[in-house]
Amino acid sequence: MLRPCSMRGSPATAFMQHSDDFEAQLTGVLDRLYAAALHLTRNRAEAEDLVSEAVTRALQHRDSLRDPASFRGWIFRILTNTFISQCRKNRNCLEISPGDTHGDSEADFWLFDRLHQPLLLFWGANPEQEFINTILREDLGKALDRLPQKYRMVVLLSDVEGFSYPEIAAILEIPPGTVRSRLARARSRLQKSLWQQAVDTGFVTDPGGRPGSKSP
Amino acid sequence: MSDPKIINCEKALRHLFEYLDRELDGDLQAQMQQHMERCRSCLSRLEFEQTLKAHVQDSGTEQAPDSLRNRVNTLLREFGSKSREGDT
Repeated sequence: MLRPCSMRGSPATAFMQHSDDFEAQLTGVLDRLYAAALHLTRNRAEAEDLVSEAVTRALQHRDSLRDPASFRGWIFRILTNTFISQCRKNRNCLEISPGDTHGDSEADFWLFDRLHQPLLLFWGANPEQEFINTILREDLGKALDRLPQKYRMVVLLSDVEGFSYPEIAAILEIPPGTVRSRLARARSRLQKSLWQQAVDTGFVTDPGGRPGSKSP
Repeated sequence: MSDPKIINCEKALRHLFEYLDRELDGDLQAQMQQHMERCRSCLSRLEFEQTLKAHVQDSGTEQAPDSLRNRVNTLLREFGSKSREGDT
């Protein structure tokens, strides 16, 4: 349990109140920080270490948080910056996977199109719903974890955490236009990965590809 | 038929994710909404992406383990007491 801060009638009262707010906000967002850290590191022990380090940095620099309402963006920015700096230091997790340097052609795979191929051998009259029903939480988790870091980060911040494009731009320190294009590529790759899982497990036979084959 | 405010499917699909993410400005947002009310095909696509996004959101939930909560509480105590020492 968190230790309650006592209120005092001194000039420090405002700060103590702020400190209480800070603790409440931090504990309120801890599950989300851990979930994001877990997807970033793909390792439970490393995720704990990452969150601890980010919290330490947040506590060291909490005076830089001017507006308590922007706490979530502020703490996620610290988390992603901490992750990126650890990666640079360790040189072991900023991988560039094959295809990471491709251009806009990366954002051209969409499940909806695949599910509406004329010769698709599939179940039922509503292929989208059937496909959604076959996706398990663990399938999505795996597909998310297979994304290169820069794509995983934008999907986490947008689709999981619900940050807006300008907020993501501020957190990752990239232009808003880059957020938009990176998110499109990330979603396309995520969908391609889900499709490949469905092909590999035999849920679907892809007339546009070889059943059971890996994506190009 | 030729209402200039009504966008075609090509434009609607180009902005589908921004619409889904509520990132469009008021005019385009309204035009997209109009299009979705009239176009079953684009609406089906929107609904699919919406459902998939909800599943992605769900896959990102985790509960912080007690060991992490304890570490964070220790950090809060350490930094809290340092702040209080500094106040006096």
